[in-house]
Amino acid sequence: MSLLEIKGLHAEVGGHEILKGLDLTVNAGELHSIMGPNGSGKSTLAQVLARRESYHVTAGTVTFNGKDLLAMKTEEAACEGIFMAFQYPVEIPGIGNAHFLRSALNAIRKYRGIDELDAIDFLPLFRERLTLLDMDEKLMSRSVNEGFSGGEKKRNEILQMSVLEPKLAILDETDSGLDIDALRIVAQGVNAMRDPNRAIVVVTHYQRLLNYVVPDCVHVLVDGRIVRSGGPELAMELEERGYGGYEAESKHTAPATA
Amino acid sequence: MAVQGSQLENYLGSFTQHAKDVARETPPWLRELRESAFARFCAVGFPTTRDEEWRFTNVAGVTRIPFQLPQETKVPLALSELMRWRMFDSAARIVFVNGRFTPRLSTCGRLPDRVIVNSLHSEIVNRPEALADHMGHYLDIERDPFCALNTAFAEDGVFIYVNRRTVLQQPIHLLFISSPSGMPIMTHPRNLIVIEDEGQASIVEEFVSCGTDTPVFVNAATELVVGGNAVVAHTMIEREHLQTYKLSTLRIEQARSANVASHSLLLGGGLVRNNVHPVLAGEGGECVINGLFIGSKRQHLDNYMLVEHCSPHCTSRQFYNGILEGQAHGVFHGRIIVHKEAQKTDAKQTNRTLLLSDDAQINTKPQLEIYADDVKCTHGATIGQIEEDALFYLRSRGIREGEARRLLLEAFAGECLDRMKRDTLHDYAETAVRARLQLVDESMPPERGSSGEEQGRDWQEVG
Repeated sequence: MSLLEIKGLHAEVGGHEILKGLDLTVNAGELHSIMGPNGSGKSTLAQVLARRESYHVTAGTVTFNGKDLLAMKTEEAACEGIFMAFQYPVEIPGIGNAHFLRSALNAIRKYRGIDELDAIDFLPLFRERLTLLDMDEKLMSRSVNEGFSGGEKKRNEILQMSVLEPKLAILDETDSGLDIDALRIVAQGVNAMRDPNRAIVVVTHYQRLLNYVVPDCVHVLVDGRIVRSGGPELAMELEERGYGGYEAESKHTAPATA
Repeated sequence: MAVQGSQLENYLGSFTQHAKDVARETPPWLRELRESAFARFCAVGFPTTRDEEWRFTNVAGVTRIPFQLPQETKVPLALSELMRWRMFDSAARIVFVNGRFTPRLSTCGRLPDRVIVNSLHSEIVNRPEALADHMGHYLDIERDPFCALNTAFAEDGVFIYVNRRTVLQQPIHLLFISSPSGMPIMTHPRNLIVIEDEGQASIVEEFVSCGTDTPVFVNAATELVVGGNAVVAHTMIEREHLQTYKLSTLRIEQARSANVASHSLLLGGGLVRNNVHPVLAGEGGECVINGLFIGSKRQHLDNYMLVEHCSPHCTSRQFYNGILEGQAHGVFHGRIIVHKEAQKTDAKQTNRTLLLSDDAQINTKPQLEIYADDVKCTHGATIGQIEEDALFYLRSRGIREGEARRLLLEAFAGECLDRMKRDTLHDYAETAVRARLQLVDESMPPERGSSGEEQGRDWQEVG
């Protein structure tokens, strides 16, 4: 059984159909990369998988770990093991980073019937992951993402992922806007998370991250559908050729699927 | 509107009886003060919404109910019933039941020398001359009929005197308990707090209810006199039951370089009007007015500020955060007057309100009157909902929706708590606020949640 199985997924936001019959299968232990031009539906896919309510699924099925993901609320999906690293992480004044992360971890542990961690038990785990991502502990006493640089926000997403240890992580353009040092740290964090029981889906606009994180599969998403899938070499090809050819192809075939 | 008919009869009856009861113990100056205040009240009566200062707050409810002065002098209240209002490490806890000082329930163990904490009534009887220098000198009975009414019935409350250079580290906790037995009662607590030059103190006025929810009219007034270079924090915690009509005025007189923080947490009460009126009389004074109001059901919470800058180089700040749900109604009316002499004034006010339901409403009214020409005055007001993006972020990490909403509300309320000094009072206030937020409805308003159009509805500038 695959960890994630998406069949014929149609989704709309604000009355516009963005996903138009998307199919995708991801097995545990794999790292997939979804690439595509602006507006192709990459972020919409990530949001649907994270169960954002304003993204409406109009057709199709998503099975996660044998369960109907589309029947889950946002927090249930998270507790079942879905994690999305935000493209634009939100600043939340007044809620401390460390406190937030421990609350999240405990919410998930509680859902799974595991004992909650108190602050003292939490600290060693937390410190270890901070070191991995080369993050200053001082940042953690501040409010969630408040006053963080772009790179710090993205690293904070990876930090959260490494503490919450999801079954399926979806990274929504986590590489965008990072300098090369931050990119390496993020890549290191992602590679450290690779595990036979976990799948990672890297949604990206650029091929750059894939120099550091080698995917098992690369998919090209254009106009709401996956138009081509292949191995790591596909990313290189896209880097050279761009998405131009696929967009033309998609427009050409669109009426047939409508 | 003058006081008319049965209303007048009711208050005149109470006033005459009260004057007779206390005649023997009242010094002439106080009798005159009470009489002139009562005359003023009779002449102007209760305000109506036609009065600009009362535009958003209708006190008709107060005028309809025949409130009486409490008759029983002994209210059977056990010490154990007070446990839920126990602040650890306070310097003193002074308890008033239905407006009367209750020594049996009060503790006064940790006061340094040179600090007096006593009931106002006892001071009137035993040492009225100590009061005569200040009592009634600051409160404006001409402007505010409730202040006039309070003065007319001023008899008990607290008298606090902190001598020069005396530092009181722990807060003094004043606990005013309304405990009516069947009849609608009114109380007029009157406090006089004098902090001499370079003194330091923190005073908490907390209003709570005990027993039945019979209507109560609590009309409190405090004169806070702050000497040069003194540092004072005053905190109002309102958490009475919903049948309470609560009017309160804090009149602050600040001398040179005095530093005052006024915190108010309006969490309970049915109709609440809290006036904070600092006069920055001396040069270089600083005043922070920090408030939080949380309203549910049909609560009406009115925050009225009148900040008077009378001298140069003074700074004032007003920060108010409100959370309103159900059909609750909040008011933020921040009036700042910068007099001609008050050059280099730096005044700022900010009001942020979260409206959690369609029927909750806030009236926010900045009012700046500036007669000096070299000043910095700014104001801003925002109204919004819980941020959808932040809510989704928390939920996407596994935190369930109700809990996520509560975390966000606590963070919003926390902005006000963060402005309080980190001490036992801060912890006490935080506990009170958390407990209050537990009562806020967890569910989303029906129109939210599934509608895509709600996206991006964020803070909206209104001022």
